Amino acid sequence: MRRGHAMTSGAAEPLLTVRMRVNGVPRSVEVPGRRLLSDALRHDLRLTGTHVGCEHGVCGACTVLLDGEPVRSCLMLAASADGHDVTTVEGLAAPDGTLHPVQQAFVDCHGLQCGFCTPGFVTTIAAYLRDNPDPDEDDALEAVSGNLCRCTGYQNIKAAVLRAAELARERPAEGAG
Amino acid sequence: MSGRWVGEPVRRVEDPRLLRGQGRYLDDLGQDALAAAFVRSPHAHARVLDVDVSGALDVEGVVAVYTYDDLAESDAAEGTHVAERLPLLIPHPGLHAPRTPYPLAREEVNHVGEAVVMVVATDRYVAEDACDRIRVDYEALPPVVGLDAARAADHAVHTDVPDNVAAHLVQQVGDLPTAMAEAPRTLTLDLQVERSASMPLEGKGVYATWDTDEDVARVWTSTQAATSVRAAVAARLGLALNKVECVAPDVGGGFGVKIVHPWPEEVLVPWAARRLARAGIAHELKWAEDRREHFVSSSHERAQQQEVTVGFDDDGHLLAFDFTFWHDNGAYTPYGIIVPIVTSTQVLGPYKPGAYRCEFFSMYTNTVTVTPYRGAGRPQGAFAMERAMDAIADATGLDRALVRERNLIQPDEMPFDHQLVFQDGRPLVYDSGDYPTMLQKIKDLVDWDHFERVRGAAQAEGRRVGIGLACYVEGTGPGPYEGAHVVVETSGKVKVATGLTTQGQGHRTAFAQIVADQLGVAVEDVEVTTGDTRRFRYAVGTFASRAAVMSGSATHVAAGKVRAKALKIAAEALEVSVDDLELVDGAAHVRGTAPGTRGASMPLSTIAVLSNPLRYAFDDASKAATQFAVGDTSKAPVPEGEEPGLEATGYYSPERSTFASGAHAVVVETDPDTAEVRILRYCVVHDCGTLVNPMIVEGQVHGGVAQGVGGALYERMAYDEHGQLLNASFMDFLLPYATEVPRRVEIDHLETPSPLNPLGIKGAGEAGVIPGMAVFAAAIEDAEGFRIDRMPISPSELFALRDAHARGEVPSLRRALAQATHHEEPPG
Repeated sequence: MRRGHAMTSGAAEPLLTVRMRVNGVPRSVEVPGRRLLSDALRHDLRLTGTHVGCEHGVCGACTVLLDGEPVRSCLMLAASADGHDVTTVEGLAAPDGTLHPVQQAFVDCHGLQCGFCTPGFVTTIAAYLRDNPDPDEDDALEAVSGNLCRCTGYQNIKAAVLRAAELARERPAEGAG
Repeated sequence: MSGRWVGEPVRRVEDPRLLRGQGRYLDDLGQDALAAAFVRSPHAHARVLDVDVSGALDVEGVVAVYTYDDLAESDAAEGTHVAERLPLLIPHPGLHAPRTPYPLAREEVNHVGEAVVMVVATDRYVAEDACDRIRVDYEALPPVVGLDAARAADHAVHTDVPDNVAAHLVQQVGDLPTAMAEAPRTLTLDLQVERSASMPLEGKGVYATWDTDEDVARVWTSTQAATSVRAAVAARLGLALNKVECVAPDVGGGFGVKIVHPWPEEVLVPWAARRLARAGIAHELKWAEDRREHFVSSSHERAQQQEVTVGFDDDGHLLAFDFTFWHDNGAYTPYGIIVPIVTSTQVLGPYKPGAYRCEFFSMYTNTVTVTPYRGAGRPQGAFAMERAMDAIADATGLDRALVRERNLIQPDEMPFDHQLVFQDGRPLVYDSGDYPTMLQKIKDLVDWDHFERVRGAAQAEGRRVGIGLACYVEGTGPGPYEGAHVVVETSGKVKVATGLTTQGQGHRTAFAQIVADQLGVAVEDVEVTTGDTRRFRYAVGTFASRAAVMSGSATHVAAGKVRAKALKIAAEALEVSVDDLELVDGAAHVRGTAPGTRGASMPLSTIAVLSNPLRYAFDDASKAATQFAVGDTSKAPVPEGEEPGLEATGYYSPERSTFASGAHAVVVETDPDTAEVRILRYCVVHDCGTLVNPMIVEGQVHGGVAQGVGGALYERMAYDEHGQLLNASFMDFLLPYATEVPRRVEIDHLETPSPLNPLGIKGAGEAGVIPGMAVFAAAIEDAEGFRIDRMPISPSELFALRDAHARGEVPSLRRALAQATHHEEPPG
């Protein structure tokens, strides 16, 4: 019984080839139809930065950007990402390794503790700030109120949204995703 | 010692890696491992008549299926202990009928979610397919759900425990009956708290490998107690301790649920990994819990029914406190009765109770097992005491803060001995604290004395507001001990290891700050590892807000030894007195000389080289330490009683816990129509002694407050009468989002350093959650004008209470009546 890697399927299930551009790089995976996008990213492509907290689309830890828009990758089949752009937390930092303004803001503001929900927040906020570069406190609250965190009580995450906007303004234009 | 780092809000060294998505949480590991899934009981209480696994065996990709019988056969054949009931972690004389589960159910299941069959397959999807094809025949038994049913005992969870009482304990101080009889006034409260749970964003998970070359089991598990899991796995698999390693990788939150060990999966996954490796099938196996599994097979906490009778005088002095409560401990007691013991002792808070009697019953129910969740019984204790304080204030017509003030333990009465036994088995003695100042600080922060103006202004707009106050004392840093190892490598970099585990509390930064101060190095040059038995073998675990107190102090002790050794070696090499040297900027330096002056400074890297006299040089630097380069040939290269290497191990083992304290005040607005509760202000005064990193401590308070809000207004486990958990998902078990927590948490600190450890640290991890239920009950009660006895409270429940109050079934607060007659209009 040969096992390539953990996520091969039983022989009974037909495999689909799914081609995506992940963090700017063309990737393809052979997966059964029912493979969730979250599992394909984490186990087939071994991009484990995206986390799974509930598998029913409530906590947001699995958020990735699909063609630049935040989606819950645990609610999507990998097959339906075929031909699309996917940005995961691993794709947010600049090519030279500089942290994305949102990532740097989370360091500055102590916006994370255990870090498990963090990938979902930083991808969501990165997309939000791209479209709303000058948020106020109410905007910041709105931007983060779709993701669950059990450690921080959200106070510093809200602060990080405002700090990230500030950092983004100080840097030359950088698109997210 | 240049105290430059301890006390500073240093940005966390952990963050960049986690923010780049390079965290290594349990399910990120073992990408080539086989996957396990479990068939779990759909019944709350049933006999297991037969397990038919045949349907699963022909599913493509299924590798193995195990039931209790397979475990028993293995035990018989190989002398292992994997089929046996899991250990009772903390025995107690009062726990007369303990019970722990089998890793896989033997003949009976006692809660929905209990594991019955384990399936191993190529991946989780296939394993779950196989689980669906396994048929288990159950004979349903009448379930016992909720404390009323447990107490009525029409049915028993465990047949040999007919009254469903797992434990019964009475503690008393002074002569309660007399004190109560002589008290000018008494009153009784019936209170109730419902179930909630830790609910970390990452559930449990175990990844194990079996090394067939060296016969070694390596176990990664999302745990708060790596060294204990190691010992348990060794015992169960019949292995020598040095044949098992246990590592807590990055852990996505714990909050108490991950202190319990060994979970069934922590025994079964390493056992199956070894079995499959010996059969040449595969040598690594992983189980990652999904959210529904976490709801029905990890642990919950909080549920209690409480009866409080207090004796007091007209000035609000507490004379007698008679506290009886019934604690729902679910189907099993793996963690003993720690939660009720904590409730029965921490109920006393910062007050002198007069005569005190506490009697509790820990009760079995056919629901998920109950073990500590952040606060671990303290929120329930604070709820009982603070509800009583508010009731005394209302009965005497005194200000609620004044009644508390009159009962506070005074600073000059420290250390204060309550003559009880705390959860660490040691005397309940408060070591330090300034409760009057704490109370004054919270009053000032929330502007307590002028609240009536705020209420008046709101009432003028037809708005209903209320204010609440709650104090607590928290025993933190219980022993037995923690240890740490510090080594300065020849690179000059410092490596630290402590056996205790991390779940997001920033230990790697905080402990690096402590070491940096001792060795005069930058925080970035100190790398801390926690929870890895390959790096440090002796530890207890992370719980009861003890990490900073225990491992922080141990790290301070170990680094202090390294400091002394470095100064001694440098003094000899530089031919100066040790007293003339200080460690600063990574070097031993003669005080008062300019940096880098020849013969007056020696980098730690060189000291590290010199500390290890060598025969063979491995690089340029180490040449300086070889035999023909250095050393007084009349002396032994490593003198008597000394050891090579610039390293040391240190331990910290306190006689008792050290007691942090705090007070919260909340202003709420309740909607006259929808009965929704809006938080207008949330104020915290907090005393946890010396702050190693204020930014991290405030983060802990923010997180605790959010869980306090959850426990007071949103979170409950909804079991129906059949023992089915109706809200086993984040859809229906309402963790607060950012919109549900206060807009801002206003924090003021007070620092009464602990006399029990070198840095004066007290624990801070749980404080934020402790007074949550008490302070919201007080504020809502103040807004509504009638007493709140049951938490959490939803808008619909508040709406129903309003009806009952309007019908006269719920008495008004006296002060609400007084306000009503004063304003000539009905309250609310």
